[in-house]
Amino acid sequence: MLPVTTILFYVFSAILLGSATLVVTARNPVYATLYLVLAFFNAAALFILLGAEFLGLILILVYVGAVMVLFLFVVMMLDINLARLKEGFLSYLPLGLAIAILGVLELAVVFWTSPLGHITAPTAIPANADNTRALGILLYTQYLYPFEIAAVILLVAIIAAIALTLRRRTGAKTQNIGAQMAVRAKDRVYLVDLREPKS
Amino acid sequence: MHDFQNTAWWAILWSLIKIVIVVVPLLLGVAYLTLAERKVIGYMQVRLGPNRVGFKGSLQPIADAIKLMFKEVIIPTNANRFLFLAAPVLAFVPALLVWAAIPFGPGVAISNMNAGLLYVLAIAGLGVYGIIVAGWASNSKYAFLGAMRAAAQLVAYEIAMGFALVGVLMLAQTLNLTKIVEAQAGGGFWSWYWLPLFPFFLVYFISGIAETNRAPFDVAEGESEIVAGFHVEYSGMAFALFFLAEYANMIFVSLLTTVLFLGGWYAPINTPLLTWIPGIVWLLLKTAFLLYVFLWIRATFPRYRYDQIMRLGWKVFIPVTIAWIVVIGVALETPLRAILR
Repeated sequence: MLPVTTILFYVFSAILLGSATLVVTARNPVYATLYLVLAFFNAAALFILLGAEFLGLILILVYVGAVMVLFLFVVMMLDINLARLKEGFLSYLPLGLAIAILGVLELAVVFWTSPLGHITAPTAIPANADNTRALGILLYTQYLYPFEIAAVILLVAIIAAIALTLRRRTGAKTQNIGAQMAVRAKDRVYLVDLREPKS
Repeated sequence: MHDFQNTAWWAILWSLIKIVIVVVPLLLGVAYLTLAERKVIGYMQVRLGPNRVGFKGSLQPIADAIKLMFKEVIIPTNANRFLFLAAPVLAFVPALLVWAAIPFGPGVAISNMNAGLLYVLAIAGLGVYGIIVAGWASNSKYAFLGAMRAAAQLVAYEIAMGFALVGVLMLAQTLNLTKIVEAQAGGGFWSWYWLPLFPFFLVYFISGIAETNRAPFDVAEGESEIVAGFHVEYSGMAFALFFLAEYANMIFVSLLTTVLFLGGWYAPINTPLLTWIPGIVWLLLKTAFLLYVFLWIRATFPRYRYDQIMRLGWKVFIPVTIAWIVVIGVALETPLRAILR
């Protein structure tokens, strides 16, 4: 009998591959997005099976919890025209296949030259550290510069995205929050004594 | 018998037993939270609240449940039938899943996992799919507007929530929820994390109100503008599942706030009389207090305008949390470290 984790691995992998295929073939973009969510979820499950619970949970937190919510947000607003969506499918197929084959080849080269078991384990980690702590120690010591550079690149991307979409409209009405908060009752209410003055 | 306890079947059975032990009281808690809400808000508004079914209305939740079960589930024309029915399940399942990592006492949890804090944050964020899918599948403009609002609001507040949890992580040095509570042991309520992490405590609890779509952040429902928002087309048990999910999430947010900031199962003052009371009582008392605050806020504040919600999330909470992370980071490098940890 197979160990339970092996069975689970095959179950999660099968669902992952199935939902990944459905992402491409689903006729409805909302379904495609939801299948992608399922695919991420199963990928996270595979990470957790490997004992990399930090990576798995971050995958759920970032991709399922935030990125895909925004995807769904956009996709839901599309006018779903199935005929027009199906039109491009065959013309994109060669390009998609080429990218897929290239990806597989690159992975094959990586695994061929340095199988995962032969990568030398980093030295600076205490033996009893769980993998969140281990990852933290490595990211902030051995891989500090690549980590910081990646962070700066992301920051630049954020600023670029904001700069591209930012447009200053003239004549748009906005609120001055500071001025609103600074208002006191006496600025707005002016009491007038309407009684007839005594003669 | 001893052999049986070592098999995988026993592990599965034991997990199921633990799940039942947590979920049954949870659902009862949800039922009576609805009654408590109506009573508390009733008294705050000088009304009596429900008082007809059972002794002083004590059977009202049961009556409501029976009513909802026998109501017809109506599926609107041109609605996406499958997703329309899947949406309430998508909302309800994460609301139950998060309870897997919650510790109820030292070592008492369905799963005492190492990355518990990350797990609850990740799973709690999934509930929004139920709302978004419901809004889209209903084929209704009001439901759709509610879904859009929910999506934008969730993304905004989850970031602030995540940063608030980073603060807890920096002090406790662990993601394990049991160890986070144990790190708050010692001198009673002033050794709990609400004191050094006061801004995070407020940000987390307010973001929790926003994440559960409760007043004053309930624009996804917004009955005065968009009727009932995302669940306008739902009836019967399909509606009840959304309702259950919302209230289960309220209890979860209150319990997690207790665990992270209010010392979990520890007594507020370290005297023999108070520490003699079992930890679970303290845990539930603190949770009940925070739930009361939920209801209190609902009875007190008018609903936020949508742009104000976005401003509060992005321009107030996120800068506040980032600034306080720096403060805590610096403090941990000074002699204050001995007091903080």
